[in-house]
Parts: sequence; structure tokens; C-alpha cells
Amino acid sequence: MMLELRNICKTYLQGRMEVPVLKDISLSVEEGEYLAIMGPSGSGKTTLMNIIGCLDAPTSGAYLLEGEDIAGLGDSKMSDVRLHSIGFVFQSFYLLSRQSAQDNVALPLLYAGVRRRERQEMARQALERVGLGDRTSFKPTQLSGGQCQRVAIARAIVNSPKILLADEPTGALDTKSGEQIMEIFQRLNEEGVTIVMITHEPEIAAHAKRTLHIRDGRLVDAQGKPLTDSPPEGDVSEGSFGSPIPTEVTTPVPLLGQDTAL
Amino acid sequence: MIENIRLSFQGIWSHKMRSFLTMLGIIIGIAAIISIVSTIKGTNEQIKQNLIGSGNNVTRVQLYQQEYDSPYQMEFEGIPEGVLPVSSDVYNAILDLPDVVSAAAYNRRTSYDSSFYYSNTEISGCEIYGIDNAYFSTCSYSVKKGRAFVPRDFTDFRHVAILDTSAAQMFFQGADPIGKTIEFKSTALVVVGVVEPDRKFEPIINTIEDYYTYAGAQTGGSVFVPENIWPSFFAYDEPQEIAVQVSHTEAMSTVGEAVAALLNSQVTSERVLYKSEDTLKQAQELQDLNNATNQQLIWIASISLLVGGIGVMNIMLVSVTERTREIGLKKAIGAKKGRILWQFLTEAAVLTGLGGLLGVGAGIGMAELISHLTSAPVSISIPFIILAVIFSMAIGILFGLLPSVKASNLNPIDALRHE
Repeated sequence: MMLELRNICKTYLQGRMEVPVLKDISLSVEEGEYLAIMGPSGSGKTTLMNIIGCLDAPTSGAYLLEGEDIAGLGDSKMSDVRLHSIGFVFQSFYLLSRQSAQDNVALPLLYAGVRRRERQEMARQALERVGLGDRTSFKPTQLSGGQCQRVAIARAIVNSPKILLADEPTGALDTKSGEQIMEIFQRLNEEGVTIVMITHEPEIAAHAKRTLHIRDGRLVDAQGKPLTDSPPEGDVSEGSFGSPIPTEVTTPVPLLGQDTAL
Repeated sequence: MIENIRLSFQGIWSHKMRSFLTMLGIIIGIAAIISIVSTIKGTNEQIKQNLIGSGNNVTRVQLYQQEYDSPYQMEFEGIPEGVLPVSSDVYNAILDLPDVVSAAAYNRRTSYDSSFYYSNTEISGCEIYGIDNAYFSTCSYSVKKGRAFVPRDFTDFRHVAILDTSAAQMFFQGADPIGKTIEFKSTALVVVGVVEPDRKFEPIINTIEDYYTYAGAQTGGSVFVPENIWPSFFAYDEPQEIAVQVSHTEAMSTVGEAVAALLNSQVTSERVLYKSEDTLKQAQELQDLNNATNQQLIWIASISLLVGGIGVMNIMLVSVTERTREIGLKKAIGAKKGRILWQFLTEAAVLTGLGGLLGVGAGIGMAELISHLTSAPVSISIPFIILAVIFSMAIGILFGLLPSVKASNLNPIDALRHE
């Protein structure tokens, strides 16, 4: 088992309101899997991605990464997990515009304490894997959107992470570039990289071996029916009355009562 | 670390104008401090050099009038009672003092009381010394022409004289003085030698204040005769002065005081006492005064460093805000808090360190300019320059701390979402 989420809940504090974003999510990803998580905007898929990516901690529930519980780790340990176990691909690339493609790719190696010469070599190899071996010294401003995203993928895989996490990797790209990215993902997955991808486009999700749907903070099937083993509930918008995890989180409730904007 | 420094230079270079303006406060502050300190140091060195005579480490103990605390001048006041020439017991006691290399007792009259003649021309402005055999070695004179005194000059009461170079110039205007006869108080003296101090003591006089401070130390010329013939011009049993050569400059004051105490133990008069000319203390006092006035200037200059530091903080805060997404990304891919903190601290330190270096350059330029315009002496201190650069880097780190902590504490999710 690569990673396993057990009854993950996430609640944000918005002003004086507690807003539940993820409600009792349980899922697991096997090694070598290629999973797509689909959902409309506001469904909580980015929050889920942040939790899987150790950028955010769940309000309750357990997150096991290779059998190790991540949820309780401190800031520094979380950084280490992100550095060594997870590779990120973002919708808008997030490349350092003043640095060459190779330096961008080498960045995680710098934080991992790899020597400069070795960094450069590993970065070059990673760029070759995404078909940009001839663009190593180009700055992001000199590259097309698709090429930028490939640089970002090279950066994500340069550390040989256990999971590649992609958040709308084709969202900012035209169809043709998007297809190229999908081909790279396909190839990486065939090489054994575990991929978890978040998207709202069905044709992109179709590249994955398995697709999960998320809606209003819950995993649902393709028809929108809840997938979890939680008891059926009356009104989804009313919140998770029937949640098996007793949390303080129920419906949006004013914390201080009397003088709220509601 | 090297990577951080490389990144910092990259960042500074890509915002040249902004970086320069940020550095300007530091540059001005450091430049002001460097130029002030250089001027202080230059003046202090000049004071010390002028008063101590750049280090042959000779201190003189003279007779003073107790009432007025001024040197006793026998020319005007006659021979004081209750003071005898230095006895051999006292002389040996002086030689036994710690740090004393050698000592010489001598009689001296200033130019008021000494008119010489050479071929019917009166030559005034020379001091006359009645010296013992140890004087030239104690006061570091070396023979330039002819010879020094020999024992028989003393034992045979020979009427011989030795001139120093400036006296030789005054008497003979460049002609060979050896063997010539000069006249002092109707007595003929044969010139047997010309001596020259090993280290010339020439006060550097730039201002009228300098002139008043050091003019007394300047002499027209000196004529030396054996102490044994002194009574043929003046009187028997005249009080003597003592010149003591000390092993190191710092001991001059204490040795001078000890010698004065030894001599005073023999003095029975209430009116006079021996005092050492405490040049070191004098120099110290002048330097302290000089330092005190300039210390205030340094404080004022420090304010500009403070302003510069605030400027650095301001720009670093802007820089952190501008680069929020970069910070977010770096944290997302695994950079720890410390990494981000160090990156920004390094940037601030590099920025202000660079400003410090430029400030040092500007400061040296300013100091040279001041010295050129006002002819004030300037001395550049290398350790202080290093200190100034380190200090400006410290300012960068101090004022960069707040922005850097802010950067390192950013939440990666929020930072990535930052527009």
C-alpha cells in the first residue's frame, strides 16, 4: 500500500464559521497506480490534494504514507516528506523565472543536500526523461507553456519521489500540449511512478487507470452516490449528521452565536 | 550557502537601481564613519609622534617651579637653593630602575643665556649643554663628522665643543666646522665633532594650534661641551636635568615619575621639584580630547546607518511580498523554514555587506579629500575597515531578520495562491 487515507476530515475557519471541506474521506492508492480524482470546483479536491501532498494537515483522521502516520508530524518532518516522497506538478508550473530549466529542476536536490555537480547531472537526466534534453539552459520565459510544464514534471521526478501529485496539470495548456503531458505521465507510470492527478476534465481523467469522484467534500461514484461506508444521509447540503467520526464539525455553526453576519 | 550567495547576487543584479538605492543609506553611513575614524586616527598618530618624537623612548626629568608648575628657568631665576647636582648614588639608583636602558645627567641653558661668536659674528638661538659621557648614547645621537667626547676631554678639562647639525649650519653655513674655534662667554672652544639625532624629531605643524602646542619643543641648535668645563661659564654645583632612555614607550611615564621621585628625595627646597615631562600623558590627553569631539560625530553618522538599516528592512519586506509564490513553491517542494530564513538573511547581509564595501571605498575617498583640502592628517585603519564591513553585514542580518522570519513562516498553500 502506497498511501492510505482513513476518515479524513478537514474544516476551515472562515471568519467565525467552521466550514467543513472534506468529510470523512477514506481512500487508498497502491504502488504503481495511476489515479485521477475528479470533481467540480469547490468540491474539495484541491484540499484533498494538499493533504495527500503533506502541505496541509487534516483536522481529523489518519494519513498513512507507506504505513507511516503523517498526520501528526511537525513542520520540519513534513518538509522532509515533501522533499523525498512527493513530487508536485501544479497547474501554473511555478518555475523560477530567472533560473535556467536545469537550475529549476535541480532545486529539490539542493534542499536534499546533493553536491552541485551531481545536481546538474541528475537535473539534466530528468529533463531528458521529459524530452527537454536540448533545453537545459533555457529560462522559463524562453519556453512554451507545455515545455514549462515538462520542466515542472522533471523537477517533480528528479528526486525519485514515491508519488507524483499533479493538480490540474493540463489546466493552463492547449489540447496538444496537454496530450503531450499525458503521454509523459503514461510513460512515467509505465516506468513505475505512482501518480495521483486531480482534474475536472473527463478526457484527462480518462488517461488514468482508476478515477475517483469527489463532490461536496465526499467521495462519490460516477453517478454522484456516496462511496464511503458511512450510513446514507438525508440532505447532503445539510452536512454530515451521520458521520461515524464524532467531530465537533457538523453544519456550519456560528462559533460565537449572537452577532454573526448570518 | 554558496548557492544562497549566488542567488543573492543574482537578485541584487536583477534589481540594480533598487539595490543601489537600498544600499545608499549604508554606503553614506559607513563612508561617514570611515572618514571620521581615519581623521581621528591620523590626528592621534600625529599628536603622539609630535610629542613623543617617534620613539627613541627618551624621557627627560626637569626642575619645575612648584608655585607656578612651570619649568624652572635658571636664566631668569638664578640657581635655586636646596638642589645639588645629581650624585653618583642617585644616578646609580636611576640606572637600577626597571625598564631603564641608560641615563645621562646634564646641565642646560636655553638661548636666552647663551650667545656664541664665530669670527666676530654673534650667533644666538642655540642651547648649550654640559654633558657627561653617557649623553649621546642615551639620547641616540650619532657622530656625523669629527668625533664624540673622549674621556680625556673630561679629565683634562679641554675646551672643546660638539655641535648638532642645525647648530653647525647656523655657525658655519655648510663649511667644515672641525677644528674651528667658536667663542662662548669670552672663552674659546674648539669644535671637534658634529652629531645628529638618529631619529629626527620634527613636529608636523599644520595649524596655528599645532604651532602653539609644539613650538616649545623646537630648538634652533645645540652646542655640547664636557660637563667638567661647565663651571667656567656658569657656577659650581648647578642642578642638573636627567635624560633617561626607557626600554619601551609605554613605560616612559612610570619611569619618568620614578626618576623624578628619586631626584626629589634629594631636594630640600620647597620652591622647586623635579618633574618628568610626561609626553605620553600629554599625548593621551590631547588624543582623548580629539576622540571625544569626534565620538559625537560617529554617533551622528550611526544614525544614518540606522536609517539605512530600516531602508534595507523595507526593501526586504517588499521583496518577500513580491516573491511570496517563489517562497511557497520552495516550501512545497521541501525547503525547510531554516532554508528560506537563511536565503533572505544572506540576501540582506550580501546587500549591506556590498553597501559596506562601497561605503569603505567612498569613506577612504572622502578622508583623502578632507586631508587634501584641510591638510588634516589621515590614517586608514585596516582592522576598522574589516570591522565596518562586518558591522554593515550585521545591520543587514539584524534588519533582515523580520522580513526573513516573515518569509520562512509563510504557509506554502497560501503563498502559492498569492497573486
